[in-house]
Amino acid sequence: MESPEAARLSAEDISPSSNGPKAEPMLLDDDPDDLFAEATEEVSLDSPERQPILSDGPSPVITPVTPVMISSRADVFDRSPDQDEDEEENRDTFDIQISVSDPEKVGKDVCDSLSLCLQTSLSIFSRDEVCVKRRFSDFLGLHSKLASKYMHMGYIVPPAPEKSIVGMTKVKVGKEDLSSVEFVEKRRSALERYLLRTVKHPALLKDPDVLQFLESSELPRAVSTQALSGAGILRMVNKAADAVNKMTIKMNESDAWFEEKQQQFENLDVQLRKLHASVESLVCHRKELSVNTASFAKSAAMLGNSEDHTALSRALSQLAEVEEKIDQLHQDQACADFYLISELLGDYVRLITAVKGVFDQRMKTWAKCQDAQVMLQRKREAEAKLQHANKPDKLQQAKDEIREWEGKVQQGERDFEQISKNIRREVGRFEKDRVKDFRVVIIKYLESLVHTQQQMIKYWEAFLPEAKAIA
Amino acid sequence: LLQVRTADSPHPRFDLNNDASLVIDIPDALCERDKVKFTVHTKTTLSSFQKPEYSVQRQHEDFIWLHDTIVETEEYAGLIIPPAPPKPDFEGPREKMHKLGEGESSMTKEEYAKMKQELEKTVQVHEVFLQRLSSHPMFRKDRNFQIFLEYDQDLTVRRKNAKEMFGGFFKNMVKSADEVLISGVKEVDEFFEQEKNFLLDYSSKIKDATAKAEKMTRSHKNVADDYNHISGALNNTAADNNTAFKKHLEKCAEVFEKLRKVEDRMASDQELKLTELLRYYTRDIQAAKDLLYRRARALADYENSNKALDKARLKGKDVAQAEENQKQCLQKFDKLSESGKKELTSFKARRVVAFRKNLIEMTELEIKHAKVRRLKCYVYHYMFIRQCSGILI
Repeated sequence: MESPEAARLSAEDISPSSNGPKAEPMLLDDDPDDLFAEATEEVSLDSPERQPILSDGPSPVITPVTPVMISSRADVFDRSPDQDEDEEENRDTFDIQISVSDPEKVGKDVCDSLSLCLQTSLSIFSRDEVCVKRRFSDFLGLHSKLASKYMHMGYIVPPAPEKSIVGMTKVKVGKEDLSSVEFVEKRRSALERYLLRTVKHPALLKDPDVLQFLESSELPRAVSTQALSGAGILRMVNKAADAVNKMTIKMNESDAWFEEKQQQFENLDVQLRKLHASVESLVCHRKELSVNTASFAKSAAMLGNSEDHTALSRALSQLAEVEEKIDQLHQDQACADFYLISELLGDYVRLITAVKGVFDQRMKTWAKCQDAQVMLQRKREAEAKLQHANKPDKLQQAKDEIREWEGKVQQGERDFEQISKNIRREVGRFEKDRVKDFRVVIIKYLESLVHTQQQMIKYWEAFLPEAKAIA
Repeated sequence: LLQVRTADSPHPRFDLNNDASLVIDIPDALCERDKVKFTVHTKTTLSSFQKPEYSVQRQHEDFIWLHDTIVETEEYAGLIIPPAPPKPDFEGPREKMHKLGEGESSMTKEEYAKMKQELEKTVQVHEVFLQRLSSHPMFRKDRNFQIFLEYDQDLTVRRKNAKEMFGGFFKNMVKSADEVLISGVKEVDEFFEQEKNFLLDYSSKIKDATAKAEKMTRSHKNVADDYNHISGALNNTAADNNTAFKKHLEKCAEVFEKLRKVEDRMASDQELKLTELLRYYTRDIQAAKDLLYRRARALADYENSNKALDKARLKGKDVAQAEENQKQCLQKFDKLSESGKKELTSFKARRVVAFRKNLIEMTELEIKHAKVRRLKCYVYHYMFIRQCSGILI
């Protein structure tokens, strides 16, 4: 039965270069100790020079974003009419397509240099089509810059892909190692998703570092910020969390929304990790199924050779061929399982960490505000004392200090208000995006399944007359 | 206590009943603690039976007893003895059954389904054993077979007596000696030479294919289990959520639950049609090899009797006795050869028929399941897309 949707549903290769290896499934876990050794300069959040580029907050206009694709293929469905209710509706639709390709080996790293191609109709870009070359460290550098600029303002900065030492050490010089092919595709795909998520963020899209990254043919050699591993960023985030834990005055959460959301994200973190583990298990077992099917195919072929009844022998050989083809289907399906679902879940687990991070940033901001108030109080007390001593210079100094700290308190309160507002908006955007993301993924996954089933039906229907021909 | 009516089973069984004069089937089986009780149902027009219809309860051990008595019957040495059904394997579910007996909570749906599948498998293989006997001109007349079908009491006592009588001579032989003996025989008969080479080679190939098929089936089941866990995890995530995400997660959980069901079905169908077929014929090939072994032994006996006769003639003692012995050995060997040839020829025919039937059925089921899965994916795909355009929630 061919429905009109069948044509649209014919999925192309989910992952262009990977062949679904027969090797062990790759673990995504980093060994943090090794990565700490690699991390160079740590970006400090408290550094006063870090000024947000957009000091007046993000752009008030949020355009309805076309669900950005996971790869650069056309999406099956039309633009979503989803709109951000808080913002003006922008009638202009825009699209941006990013593809990361041509991974090249540089030194020990098998996937270090990549081509980044951008196609867009947006006016903020100088050209419609740009292609540039970037190193993996450049991506990490971009992320660390964005994190340092925006995280403390409550923006959810999409995390950069992991360095994943495991993949690198599996590389054998010169020999085509299946697991290195998989590693390269994993990284390429992860970098593409990372960029797409980054440009989806309306504020980040306008960030000059992002624009430069996407457009400039040559990136300036990072002066103060070198590549930070994912674990380095994690450390930065954890520092904020530690600071929160060390707070002696517990924040009096007057806003139930924040309390509720924080709890939700804690739960979501746990649940997504479990879900991710289940999906990784599926990928693993699907690969095993592929191996076992191929193995059975060989065995069936041998059995067919041994069989002395001619027609049955032929049928068994045909069966072996069918099973071989099905093995390939299993491999393709395993890829879909992995690249569509498993990687998405992995991305979201990391994203949730970033979300939890901004909540911690807010608490830090509050703490700073509190500290400033305490300081102000002290200065006032000091000034009061000096009123009765006859030291006009010191008194003036005290008054100056009071004014200074009043300013700081005001700034602190403004910062706190601002970050709270930002977080509300960011979380709203995040919650909308995740529904879209998961929807896109399940749709693509169903497409991949339909495709697999079509093929399977074809193969078995071709075999059926062979089976019937056994006389 | 778990009862399965195999008549309700969606799987068509082997059904070797080719002769209406003796029709046997196992319409249901009862799983009690760790014992399985099969209901053996017989319909017959043969005069040797006292009644036209019987329904008796038998345990696995009764089948083994029947098999052993047949193996040890000298008369059947030239026949391929239908392989004994393997012991019902309810490892995991067995613990659950024990717990059930002790008043624990009931099994989950999945555990119940797994038990049912195991039960279906074991019924199939026990049924085929009986049907092989009933469709064979010699076995169907076997006295113990008739007792098995007719006797309305427990066979346990009879079984114990039989063990004492026979002592399991053939069974105690070391099976590994078979291959050496068979391949060592100087074969003059072209037919048997070919059969021997074929069986030895085929035997190892089919064992290997069985093992690989088992691994493949297990992998399918693992994938189905994973779908189950994913569905559960999605529901758990949805439970903690109260946004639009929740509904979406629940729908995804549904998708995976449906995928699990189809995958499970595919795995169990593949097992019944392919893996069980290969398992059965591995055993049947062994039975055919056993026949060759017995014939090889008879040939060895005959050659020995020749040597003994020559010796007797030289010595001039007990010549008549030696001549008689030689004559009998030759008779036995000829009988085994003649009957063996017939058996091996019909064995090939039977094998071809069984493979054809099962491969066709397996293929048809694969197509059916793939179509079902494709349809379900279409439907969900359509639904999700409509959701996106805001038409459905």
